[in-house]
Amino acid sequence: MAGQSDPHLSIFSAAEVEFLAEDELVEIIPNMSMDSLNFICGDFGPFYPHIPTEVPIWLAMALKKRGKCAIRPPSWMSLENLTQVLELERDSPREFQPLPFHYVEISRLLFDHAREDIPDVHMVIVAIVCPDFPPRLAFQKLVLDIEHFNRDVRFHKVESGFETIGSRTHAVKLKNLSAMEVNIVRPFFVRALQAFYKHDSPQMIPQPDTASRRTDTGDRGPRRDLRPR
Amino acid sequence: MAPASDQGLGFGSEDIDASISALPTEVELLKRAWRNEKASPEILQFQEDVVRNARVQIQNMEDTVEAYAEDGKDALTVSLYQMDLDRTEFLLRSYLRTRLQKIEKYMIHISKTDLWKRLSKPEKVFAKSCKENMENHLNQSVLSRLPFGYQDVLKQSISSEEDDMVPEPQLDTFVFCKSKGSVGSFQLDAVGDEVVDLIADDLYVLRYKSIKPLVETGQIDLV
Repeated sequence: MAGQSDPHLSIFSAAEVEFLAEDELVEIIPNMSMDSLNFICGDFGPFYPHIPTEVPIWLAMALKKRGKCAIRPPSWMSLENLTQVLELERDSPREFQPLPFHYVEISRLLFDHAREDIPDVHMVIVAIVCPDFPPRLAFQKLVLDIEHFNRDVRFHKVESGFETIGSRTHAVKLKNLSAMEVNIVRPFFVRALQAFYKHDSPQMIPQPDTASRRTDTGDRGPRRDLRPR
Repeated sequence: MAPASDQGLGFGSEDIDASISALPTEVELLKRAWRNEKASPEILQFQEDVVRNARVQIQNMEDTVEAYAEDGKDALTVSLYQMDLDRTEFLLRSYLRTRLQKIEKYMIHISKTDLWKRLSKPEKVFAKSCKENMENHLNQSVLSRLPFGYQDVLKQSISSEEDDMVPEPQLDTFVFCKSKGSVGSFQLDAVGDEVVDLIADDLYVLRYKSIKPLVETGQIDLV
């Protein structure tokens, strides 16, 4: 009981990660007039028809759902940029290409609620979701499955990164890994590193003198076993 | 931060304005506290100022929304304000709730270590009653029926030299973290051959125990 960590306690749910992403700013083009909004999270507006302004995504979604604005997709979401990122991603087997920390959630939200505002939307979805899919097939299969996001390219790297983890691994650097990707690999990563750490700790190496072992139950390794009856 | 402010020396009020607007809002501070609390294995220092300010802002916003609704302001604006309010309330509740979960889980450990100082007043009251209830419950339902020598809440048996039945947070676990500024090279282990160079905005997986001081001083954020 004492040595066990609860794998669920510290993990963000997908909804919570999305919640965080919804605070990222996006440009909208309103089709109505509205006064400034002085929110707890900041001041936005005023809103005038056809004048672009920056708002958090949650606000953009709320206005979009009511037909009050169009959303300008962020520049990284252009087909050009994504094609380039994808090429680089393939060419550099050990690095992740820079995409916004919340790119998974942002694209998901925009695909779901503002599809008509994204130029080349089908191609963009193909580029982000399943880059190795033939476009025609993917076109027919426009179902977004976040877990398969960019799986072929980016997750392959995470997987090959696992192979380098060993007993002496105290730090892993994951430059440019995004929030949702972190959330997905977290449980496995943490358990693997913990397991290596535990087996590497001096206490796991059997000592002939059990009496001396009793005194140094530090915070490393397992705690003393229950006595046999 | 430092090089930027060097450049800004002697340039009048414009720079000051810029630095003020760059200050994190209450919501951002609360969000950071929430993330860190959720991702760290042990309970962190209660963010008293952040919580107090968030409460004030929530109260103000509730009054505003109410006033708007009474004044017959358009429904869209009112609902947008309500959404902003809901989001902040969610953050605050989730933050407090995450802490309560940790307290419930590690109440005995917290109450007999320095971690006790990290709790807010109401949390201390909660932890105390929680611990008493748990002890009463265990005594009444199980421990009083066990043979002599096995009746302690904290020890496996009378021959245990230390409290070996107290759940403790696992500080050896690994966490995902990001540094806000450049921390420079940082020694990972007390034994010490392992040094890592923490670059701003890069993501690392590190052992919680080794970066604990950086989390506590706010130099690094858990994600």
